Amino acid sequence: MTPHGGASVSAFARLRSRIPAPVVPVLLALLVLPFVPFVHVLSSYALNIFMQASTFAVAVLGLAVVLGYTGQMNLAQAAFFGIGAYAVGLGTVAWGLSFWTALVVGVIASSAFGCVVGLTTIRLGGRYLAMITIACQQMFDFVMLNWVEFSRGPDGIAGIPRPSLFGHVLADDREYLLLCAVVLYAVIFALWWLPDTRLGRDMKAVRENELAAEVTGVHTLRVKVIAFTLSAALAGVGGAFYAAGFAYISPDNFNFARSIEFLTMALLGGSQSPFGAGIGTVLLILLPEWLRFLKQIYLAAYGLSVILIMVFMPEGIWGLLCAAWQRIAKPQRASAVEVPRLALDIATSDPAPILRVQDLKMHFGGLKAVDGVDLQVSRGTVHALIGPNGSGKTTTLNVLNGIYKPTSGRIFIESEDVTALAPHDRAARGVGRTFQNIRLFPALSALENVMVGAQRRNNPIRAGDAALRERALSALDFVGLLDQAGTEVKNLPYGHRRLVEIARALAGHPKLLFLDEPAAGLNLTEKGELVVLLRRLRAAHGLTIFLIEHDMKLIESVADRITVINFGKKIAEGTPAEVLRHPEVIAAYLGEPAHAAA
Amino acid sequence: MNGLSFNIQVLFSGLAVGSIYALVSLGLVLIIRTTNVVNFAQGDFAMLGAYAMLTMFSVLRLPYFLSILLALVVMGIFGIAFNYGVYYPLRNRSYLPVLISTLGAAIFMQNTILALFGPQPAPLAKVFSSQGIEIGGVFLDSQYLVILGVTAAAVAFQYFLFEHTLLGKKLQATSQDKDMARLVGIRTAWMIAITFIYSAMLGGLAGILVGPILFVSTGMAGVIALKAFSSTVIGGFGDVTGAIVGGLLLGVVESFGAAYISVPYKDAFGFLLLFVFLLVRPQGIFGERIAEKA
Repeated sequence: MTPHGGASVSAFARLRSRIPAPVVPVLLALLVLPFVPFVHVLSSYALNIFMQASTFAVAVLGLAVVLGYTGQMNLAQAAFFGIGAYAVGLGTVAWGLSFWTALVVGVIASSAFGCVVGLTTIRLGGRYLAMITIACQQMFDFVMLNWVEFSRGPDGIAGIPRPSLFGHVLADDREYLLLCAVVLYAVIFALWWLPDTRLGRDMKAVRENELAAEVTGVHTLRVKVIAFTLSAALAGVGGAFYAAGFAYISPDNFNFARSIEFLTMALLGGSQSPFGAGIGTVLLILLPEWLRFLKQIYLAAYGLSVILIMVFMPEGIWGLLCAAWQRIAKPQRASAVEVPRLALDIATSDPAPILRVQDLKMHFGGLKAVDGVDLQVSRGTVHALIGPNGSGKTTTLNVLNGIYKPTSGRIFIESEDVTALAPHDRAARGVGRTFQNIRLFPALSALENVMVGAQRRNNPIRAGDAALRERALSALDFVGLLDQAGTEVKNLPYGHRRLVEIARALAGHPKLLFLDEPAAGLNLTEKGELVVLLRRLRAAHGLTIFLIEHDMKLIESVADRITVINFGKKIAEGTPAEVLRHPEVIAAYLGEPAHAAA
Repeated sequence: MNGLSFNIQVLFSGLAVGSIYALVSLGLVLIIRTTNVVNFAQGDFAMLGAYAMLTMFSVLRLPYFLSILLALVVMGIFGIAFNYGVYYPLRNRSYLPVLISTLGAAIFMQNTILALFGPQPAPLAKVFSSQGIEIGGVFLDSQYLVILGVTAAAVAFQYFLFEHTLLGKKLQATSQDKDMARLVGIRTAWMIAITFIYSAMLGGLAGILVGPILFVSTGMAGVIALKAFSSTVIGGFGDVTGAIVGGLLLGVVESFGAAYISVPYKDAFGFLLLFVFLLVRPQGIFGERIAEKA
């Protein structure tokens, strides 16, 4: 893929560095496995089981993408699998297509349906997605069973031929199995690569905290649509090979129970890794063979094991293996790397205010959280927004960020009307943000968290992963956490998490940085460090900071200008000295003098 | 039969079937409100209730109303087991593990029952031996009348429980803000257990009532669960009134679809209604869109 040799060498080095030594023999054994039937005679029953495992595994790998990487529920994977299978079944038997043409048709059809399901996440997320996908699954079942003229109904399709490759028909089960293995291994390899790409990091960010991902600049809808499309495409591939492998398909191969089976396979093995998904598939296909003695209650035991997996192995078998490996492997200390100073200057001399807000209103039913606020923030200043609890500060920030669409009013960033833009589009225009109740991507390392920030659109850095990494390391260095780059942020102390969040925003090279109560929950020492950090940010040429804070001392020492709001309305504005003496401000914070007298 | 009485007939059976959906989705909504969990085993509660009834009445030959009572007690005990076995260990994790855990529970229940009772659907006697009554050309099936009556009584009971008793206030407090409820001295874990008990009993009641119409089989769980989900989405996610209205609406739409368009595609009308709501008004009839707090 990369045009120059240097990159491919580093890709090879990266490949080697990512495989722990003890795994190498296992991988080699897996590569040899598909050739075993050629030298050692296996029963056709055993070959069938392998064929089932390899085709199911491709669909389960699809689930790894959508559920494991992106965190989106999908209970219709069997339907996508079925679309691929029916395309090959009907294509080869009824429409006279070759296997390969039918495969393409099937993958296009299943991807298209996956894309549509992904698009429904515009309005509906989380639990709704479980319902939508179940409804899709049931619809597929329903249509295939009842639209007999098209699908041949419950009788199914028999006599599906094997594909031919270079004029040679793969009628021999061993040869066909080899082809399935090649496909499977290629998919595993691609999915193993995916998490460390830009797209993969976006997916993980969506899984870990969708709102924070969106605000950091991830086009979350697009990522989810891609995940669903990819997942459905893989299911389609698996289904196509399944149909040609077994020569017969009927709707009950692709019902809701099969979707649950795919889901269980992914969870049992560990949905966040392609290896886990593979292990889970093989285990769950072999399990009934081993548990033959349970016969009657096998499925009940299987249901019970789903609960037990969720309770005792939330990360699946692969998660357990990784945890065990981390305990025995020596922790890799990050070698002291030289990282360049974080560039934060904004090259512009445009005198117009960077942020202009006109008559902003945000009403929730009868509650007027923001009620007609006008605001101008000059470029290169530190502008504080203060007000008593519940005065509408965070709501204002959420509207400026694009998380809420305002009831009325306009927002201009650098004279461009951004009122209608989504949060990720604002991030692409150089808006960064931290949250009052820290929103990081807990299961990702500090470095990965900050890299998501660095990969926002239009970030003025070089293309490529190396530049992203360098930018992220510089940002971590700026907040003093370079040595924690490899630590999962959920294991960091509170104060450090605040700093990682600031580094994530800074890595995107923001023009306008929103900080929502950055000092909340920090102790005195940490607050002191924060003030130093804010002063260093202030020194960056052209960077504008707009912050909400309760700590007046902190505000007095860093803010150039203060806006005070109460009950959603602006009550004062000016320099710290002016504002903190303003009678209405004193009244808002300390109560009316009349009250005190009474 | 003239057009008007035919339509009343169709409306009547639609409302009766819709009442079953409403009862199951009421249980579903109560669990969503208190624990934020979508319980995929809610349909299995109904199935289990029907089988408990079958065991008491047809196998142990107990009197009919005693059988109902005992079956409901069994469901209550089962609710506790479900709470501690399926929900409690995962209560501090995100919604996904719990959701999958309830799916596992559903598979477990259906297949345990299948192993115990076999795949043959079993008949269950109606509450009244009379087939029903006819008024002005409209035939009112006795079991359908019972379903409507019991559902109305259950809704009234629940209203009284939640609005006029201390226990109801505690349950509401727990569902609105668990931490705050705990701080003022409410034993929230116990309130959640009560919710599961109550939901299991509601589901069981629905199964007992619908058993004589559908035949009792393990397959009824999936069908009922799906309808209950649809009712919940249509009525408004997590809204109690919505669950009832959504269930009734779904029952009526299916009933008219079957009467006027096609019987085998009856279930498809339900899906169609569900899709329309998901696309046009995903918050349902009574639901409010709640933006995530940043």
